[in-house]
Amino acid sequence: MSILKLENVVKTYQKHIAVNEVSFEVKKGGIFGLLGPNGAGKTSLIRIITTITGADEGTIFLDGEKLNSSHPGKIGYMPEERGLYKKMKVGEQIMYLAQLKGLSKKGAKEQIQYWFKRFGIEDWWDKKVEELSKGMQQKVQFIATVIHQPKLLILDEPFSGLDPINTNLIKDEIRRLNSEGVSIIFSTHRMEQVEEICEDIVLINNGKNILEGKVSELKHRFKENLFRIEYEGNLPSDLNAMDEANDNFEIVSNESNVLTIKVTNETVSNQVLNHLIQNGVFINNFNEILPSLNEIFIKRVNAEA
Amino acid sequence: MNKLWLIIQREYLVRVRKKTFILTTILMPLLVVALYALPVLFVKMSEDQKKIVYTDDSGYFESIPSSNSVHFKRDNRGKDALRKVYKNEGYDGVLYIPNFKSLNNDLKVEYFSDQQISVTRRESIERRLEKRIRNKKMEDAGLTQAQLDQLETSISLAEVKETMNDSGELEQKSGKGNAGLATGMGMMMGMFMYIILLIYGSMVMRSVQEEKINRIVEVIISSVKPFQLMLGKVIGVGGVGLTQILIWIILLVVFQTFALPLLGFGAAGAMPDPSAMGGVEGMDIDEVQGEAQKIMEAIFSLNWGFIIPVLIIFFLGGFFIYSSLFAAVGSAVGDDLGESQTLMFPIMLPIIISIFITMSIMNNPNSGIAVFGSIFPLFSPVVMPARLAFDPPLWEVLLSITLLLASVVFFIWLSGRIYRVGIFMYGKKITFKEIWKWLFYKG
Repeated sequence: MSILKLENVVKTYQKHIAVNEVSFEVKKGGIFGLLGPNGAGKTSLIRIITTITGADEGTIFLDGEKLNSSHPGKIGYMPEERGLYKKMKVGEQIMYLAQLKGLSKKGAKEQIQYWFKRFGIEDWWDKKVEELSKGMQQKVQFIATVIHQPKLLILDEPFSGLDPINTNLIKDEIRRLNSEGVSIIFSTHRMEQVEEICEDIVLINNGKNILEGKVSELKHRFKENLFRIEYEGNLPSDLNAMDEANDNFEIVSNESNVLTIKVTNETVSNQVLNHLIQNGVFINNFNEILPSLNEIFIKRVNAEA
Repeated sequence: MNKLWLIIQREYLVRVRKKTFILTTILMPLLVVALYALPVLFVKMSEDQKKIVYTDDSGYFESIPSSNSVHFKRDNRGKDALRKVYKNEGYDGVLYIPNFKSLNNDLKVEYFSDQQISVTRRESIERRLEKRIRNKKMEDAGLTQAQLDQLETSISLAEVKETMNDSGELEQKSGKGNAGLATGMGMMMGMFMYIILLIYGSMVMRSVQEEKINRIVEVIISSVKPFQLMLGKVIGVGGVGLTQILIWIILLVVFQTFALPLLGFGAAGAMPDPSAMGGVEGMDIDEVQGEAQKIMEAIFSLNWGFIIPVLIIFFLGGFFIYSSLFAAVGSAVGDDLGESQTLMFPIMLPIIISIFITMSIMNNPNSGIAVFGSIFPLFSPVVMPARLAFDPPLWEVLLSITLLLASVVFFIWLSGRIYRVGIFMYGKKITFKEIWKWLFYKG
């Protein structure tokens, strides 16, 4: 079952195609990465999902229903460029945004008190937003995003400008909400964050969907059969000769007791390992080098161009 | 609807609670009153009664009547003796009236003092002497005081405003007319509308720009429609304006009835009038106060029960038209100041034209241009309030209001079309051609 499903969504601005036949699905209860370089069409897609703009073509389903005007109440959206009313008090500000999302006055107040307690900021109610530091404002923004207990949370570059402590705080909250069943879409161009958190991704470039799938599967799909061996002792002298003689095996590098090899399949790597051990080399570590999402991303985007 | 109400509430409360709002709302009327009351007050204070001792060699001035500003005392010791002792005896100056050889038209009288005499006081003295000499000349011509009194004539023009009704009968309208007063009031109301439209219009524009620049609009638009946000803002800010105007009206009435009489002059100066100002020349301060009293009476005789509600309708109508247009411009430009100037120009233009129309029609408040200006919806919010003091025909007011309301609907709709696109446009040079295209975008 999917919380969100896009089918052939198209959005055109004047002559420019912002979203071109994009389809993907977000699993219920999953953490999903919406990736792409700047200007790829991520924000356009999010605006369509949050019903800020309408799609020209295609269908969108939220929780099995065709997207309609009641759905924004189930979505929490934190835009990349955060915005709060600078002169407004924190409490009143969140009250206002929560009521716009359809919460009652009482319900909103309860939720705010719950979150203020969670973040240990009970005394912020009467502070003006402009008196807060940027990190503090982000917390307020985050609360405003999740205050109405959305089923789907869309976070556009949620960690930009955050210090490590606040990044972790928000990350933990995202994980906790996810464990309570909230589905999450992460929009970012920073891959290392996605790798850590997301299970599935879709990669958008020039408005088109160019790659999608599970993070672990994608890594295997794009791996180059590189292995990394940390060792002690002297390498057997015939190793270089093996490299020359054998098409299945290649020494990529050998520096300060770390040997990197490229093989055609896993049996070859086992043979190499065996050979080293038989020749009295101590093996400290042996692992396969998988590509980072960053590398896959750059590779795919360059292949597109 | 509920969300619209939330937005209106926020826009209203955020502004009304501001210290600057409270300050300007309370200080403005104080300032206005002070602006007109203080000069009069200062004049009154500086015009403490001066004591003047005089020597009369002409024999015409047995006594000279004193006024609030000058007290005359006759003393026959002669001017040279008086000039030495007047100070010690508590006088401010010595007036010497020589023995005139003949009562021609240009007589010279001397005044000795160590202080300069003020213009109003000088006039006051001159006029008293002139009056006496004039009477003397009349007596010489063989006229008695009774005859003299008979010569005094005072004519007041009783204006009767009437129109022919359908059955051919003449219908009279009540109320005293006062053209000078109407001109003053008209200009004031026109200017007031002009200023208030600009202030509140640009307030809406700045607020839209702020929301666009700090991107909160993206958060809000995911829960409400752009049109709701814009409408809520316009209504909210309009409520602020209305509140301010109502407080001003109340405060002015309170000042009028309580504070000014306490200061010792019956609301003089609170409402300046060009004709009255022009009338200062040739009168002394006591007479000016009498005139001010008349003006106040005339002001109160205007049909305020009609004018105030109509004024409020035109404020709201004009405000909705212009502030929604300002909102549209604010949404299109974001933080580019130069660009906003260019786009604001076509909106400012009709407001500026309407104030020119107002100024030009003051002499002829029922001319063709006046009627057109007070009915055409882009001008009427400024021009019609200015004409109200001239008691325009009811049908013109009603037609103007009808057109105004229709235009409000149209311009809010138009601005909404621009706003919903503009608010999400970033980093693009906006032209009028571009905005024209936005009108036809589909949702």
